[in-house]
Amino acid sequence: MRTKSAFIHALAGVVALVWLFPYAWMVLTSFKSFDEIIQRPTALLPSSPTLTAYREVFSQVPVGRYMLITLWVAVAIALIQIALALPAGYALAKLRFRGNALAFGLVLACLLIPTQMTFVPIFLMFSKLRLVNSLTSLILPFGASALGTFMVRQALVNVPNEVIEAARLDGASEFTIIYRVLAPMLKPTLIAIFLVSFVFHYNDYFWPLVMTTDDTVRTLPLGIALLREPGTGVRWDVVMAGNVILSLPMIALFSVSQRYLILGLTKR
Amino acid sequence: MRPRKWSDPGWMLAPTVLLLFVFFIAPVGIAIYQSFFSWDLLTAPRPVGVANYLALVKSGELFRVTGRTLFFSALVVSGAMSLGLSLALLLNRRGVWFSFVRSAVFSAYVVSWVAVALLWLWILDPDRGIVAKGLHLAGVGTVKLLNHPDTVLPVLAGVTIWKITGYAMIMFLTGLQMIPNEVLEAAKLDGAGAWSRFRFIIWPMLRPTATFVGTTSLVISFQAFDVVRVMTQGGPAKASTLFVYAIYESIFMNLRVGTASALTVVFFVVLLSLSWLQIRAWRQKA
Repeated sequence: MRTKSAFIHALAGVVALVWLFPYAWMVLTSFKSFDEIIQRPTALLPSSPTLTAYREVFSQVPVGRYMLITLWVAVAIALIQIALALPAGYALAKLRFRGNALAFGLVLACLLIPTQMTFVPIFLMFSKLRLVNSLTSLILPFGASALGTFMVRQALVNVPNEVIEAARLDGASEFTIIYRVLAPMLKPTLIAIFLVSFVFHYNDYFWPLVMTTDDTVRTLPLGIALLREPGTGVRWDVVMAGNVILSLPMIALFSVSQRYLILGLTKR
Repeated sequence: MRPRKWSDPGWMLAPTVLLLFVFFIAPVGIAIYQSFFSWDLLTAPRPVGVANYLALVKSGELFRVTGRTLFFSALVVSGAMSLGLSLALLLNRRGVWFSFVRSAVFSAYVVSWVAVALLWLWILDPDRGIVAKGLHLAGVGTVKLLNHPDTVLPVLAGVTIWKITGYAMIMFLTGLQMIPNEVLEAAKLDGAGAWSRFRFIIWPMLRPTATFVGTTSLVISFQAFDVVRVMTQGGPAKASTLFVYAIYESIFMNLRVGTASALTVVFFVVLLSLSWLQIRAWRQKA
């Protein structure tokens, strides 16, 4: 029994190595000098750790500005999605009216439509309106989330009608009921929606790539990807330093909110 | 419940319905419409009937892109599912160590595709990457995994599997935790070995989870773009030009809106029918 347990622990160790070594290699490379990478490419530890690569990233890319734009876009999208999903989910889950099934059908249909399907028409629409390279083109298309609306609806179905009736008797408006009474009850679901959406849009490469042609509203993943100029000798120390800067906020967020993220992925 | 005012559902749903219509439903309609035109974004669009589709079929491009994407998806779905399930079974244990390893595997899911693609590009770099150097030292000679038409798709699939296996694992773990312990204990007392417990209890109860993971990873792999764009730009010799990259290329590099739209329509039809087929196949087996 003991050898079996030791074997399973060791096997798990191999798994950990497969997933953690690439990160470690990224961090270690970012502290090496370019000369060292050329001369001793397989050396594990940097012989004399240096911050040159990081300095180089900051001089090639306006990291602060790109990071700010990225955070702004990701936070705005997640908050707007929640603000809109709450009343929509409430109407779908709790109110009887003509068109309820139709509206719910629309939400479900949109779950099946990926952005890769819609970007050509939306790009053409925005370029006609001169909205390419604007925050609007990055945020507005994601303002309503079919998934978020669906999750709020599912969560509200389980809330007893008496809660709403009691609030109505107390004279609360529908607006108050939605945002003040029901929203706090849905906290885990809302946090999960926020996190899944925030992570997705912080990391998103496809949409900003398509909707931006210059650096007015360029996001960080685009800026970091640009550090690698194909063809000429790639400064891997610089690219990996950029990678660390790009990934660190997500790893930090992940380490404090893993529970809610998992909830957001499994509770669909 | 009855709405207090007849207009209540209206204001509650209007923003969501409007945005979903403008940015999801309408674009699908527009894409279908534009697929019947020839338009280079500079001169006026010209109606051409089904010529865009015919050209894609005749040049063989459509079949090549679809075939490549299907091959890539098959690798990713089978890889991520089997690995995710194995890891879930391995790591579904109490203790700090296993919880740490679970987090390590799952963490790849939250790191951006760009970071993952750049990271593996460096690890696999033919001149100074650690894999190439290791193989060189082992006497295999120089390997250019990403520069060879036969190896490029399996490598991209491997990177994608590395990225999404954590997701599959988490889903399977949630499924595993829904299996009552008493059932497994009872089976153990009746003399059922590890394999028969898996075969007759665990697997049947995980089937709905497996369907879900299968469809989601199919959708994820079918939409693959970032790894292609960052790691290979569709090369060498178009060997890694997957569907979304082909759409991107036809509009942003070749300025052919009609072709891009026709590709988009086919992409959508193939994706929907695959998901539908998969769900049906799994339902029938259960």
